[in-house]
Amino acid sequence: MAMAALRREGRRFVPMISPNSMNAARSSILSDDLAPHGARSISTQVVRNRMKSVKNIQKITKAMKMVAASKLRAIQVRAENSRGLWQPFTALLGDTPSVDVKKNVIVTISSDKGLCGGINSTSVKISKALYKLNSGPDKETKYVILGEKAKAQLVRDSKKDIDISITELQKNPLNYTQVAVLADDILKNVEYDALRIVFNKFHSVVSFVPTVATVLSPEVVEREAESGGKLGDLDSYEIEGGETKGEILQNLAEFQFSCVLFNAVLENACSEQGARMSAMDSSSRNAGEMLDRLTLTYNRTRQASITTELIEIISGASALEG
Amino acid sequence: MFRQAPRLLARATSIMRARSFSTDLPAAPTSDSSFVEAWKKVIPNIDAPKTPLSFMQPRPPTPPSIPGKLTVNFVLPYQSELAAKEVDMVIIPATTGQMGVLPGHVATIAELKPGILSVHEGNDVTKYFVSSGFAFIHANSIADVVAVEAVPIDRIDPALVQKGLADFTQKLSTASTDLEKAEAQIGVDVHSALNSALTG
Repeated sequence: MAMAALRREGRRFVPMISPNSMNAARSSILSDDLAPHGARSISTQVVRNRMKSVKNIQKITKAMKMVAASKLRAIQVRAENSRGLWQPFTALLGDTPSVDVKKNVIVTISSDKGLCGGINSTSVKISKALYKLNSGPDKETKYVILGEKAKAQLVRDSKKDIDISITELQKNPLNYTQVAVLADDILKNVEYDALRIVFNKFHSVVSFVPTVATVLSPEVVEREAESGGKLGDLDSYEIEGGETKGEILQNLAEFQFSCVLFNAVLENACSEQGARMSAMDSSSRNAGEMLDRLTLTYNRTRQASITTELIEIISGASALEG
Repeated sequence: MFRQAPRLLARATSIMRARSFSTDLPAAPTSDSSFVEAWKKVIPNIDAPKTPLSFMQPRPPTPPSIPGKLTVNFVLPYQSELAAKEVDMVIIPATTGQMGVLPGHVATIAELKPGILSVHEGNDVTKYFVSSGFAFIHANSIADVVAVEAVPIDRIDPALVQKGLADFTQKLSTASTDLEKAEAQIGVDVHSALNSALTG
């Protein structure tokens, strides 16, 4: 009779638990090993275990959010200070993302660690879209990947197009020297007419805008200057110093790439920390809600087991009186 | 401890929001329309990414008469040393020698060598030692100087300069491979420029 009561209680629980939560919790309550072997009352052990683990997860995600907030504060200052760095180049050479060149190199910047929301997927989506945009007869597009997460996603379908991939960028705090060496490495090993750097620009803690910055090779700059358009008045600039105009333009392109890459890497790092903050925040909020629902279930289970015991005792007593 | 967390975080985020980004977003965002259109044709589902043009203040056009002051932007990777400062003259250390830039200077692209950059504003002269970089002088009397490192010269220690010069001269004489020679030569160049900056 106790078992019949238990079955009735079990059936009564099922519709009370809200449908969109804890399908797993429901199945564990209805599963066979509800109680340790030999016990007679309903056990709250399973629910209690789940509550403990959810509470731990909530603590961890809250701590991760704090850590991300403090890292963000540190790196945001540096990113804002580096924002003046690419402006002179854009003022001189203009911004020509729609330039038509044969060899495109897409430099995708992403994070090494996960749990940072959707920013890496966004960067990879934009990189793949740029690849599609710039594909055509007799044009080739290659990838240079900074960061583990983009590499994992791009290696799946574009493995043959990846030229260089660099990881563990943020092992030491980011500085210009490191990025300059990296830029030098990339430029030495990759043939390019146009470099397109894809990154997430940091606007605010909740807003990260995918951005594409274009750096042209000196030959393309000369070609565009001759054909007029945005770079048309480049010829009106006198070249001071150096041997030939070509050499100066070469140095200029390399310097521009390292400056733009430095700013892009810093902005992406800020976006990563900001995205991690919001991801961990929503995660701890979800954990809190799950904990509330589990507590309700726990209380119900506990009350049901007390009721069952009482019923057993009273029915036993009344059977004795008989 | 975790009860205090929301209050601390709210304070942190409000500080961050207060320190906001009005310096970066322009009054009139512009974008490359041909790029956006080409993007929309091929990839209609995703919004086109922004480009640096939309984050920049547009530059003023060339004025018909020579303006009175030169606007200088002096930027380093770590900060913008001077941002849109109106000055009378700057002297930049181009590879061909010290070059004076006045308002109305012809548009020039100059590569810089290690040397002194001096900014003249009325009677004040501020001198910086720059490592290297580029300077762009535009026709509208705006000068952009992009350098890798710059220090005001009163922060340079003369004793260390002499020591460095001696070290690198010695390394140059004992260098065997081309790479070592080049590195030692760069060290000698920078330190002798520092030396002449301090004495000159």
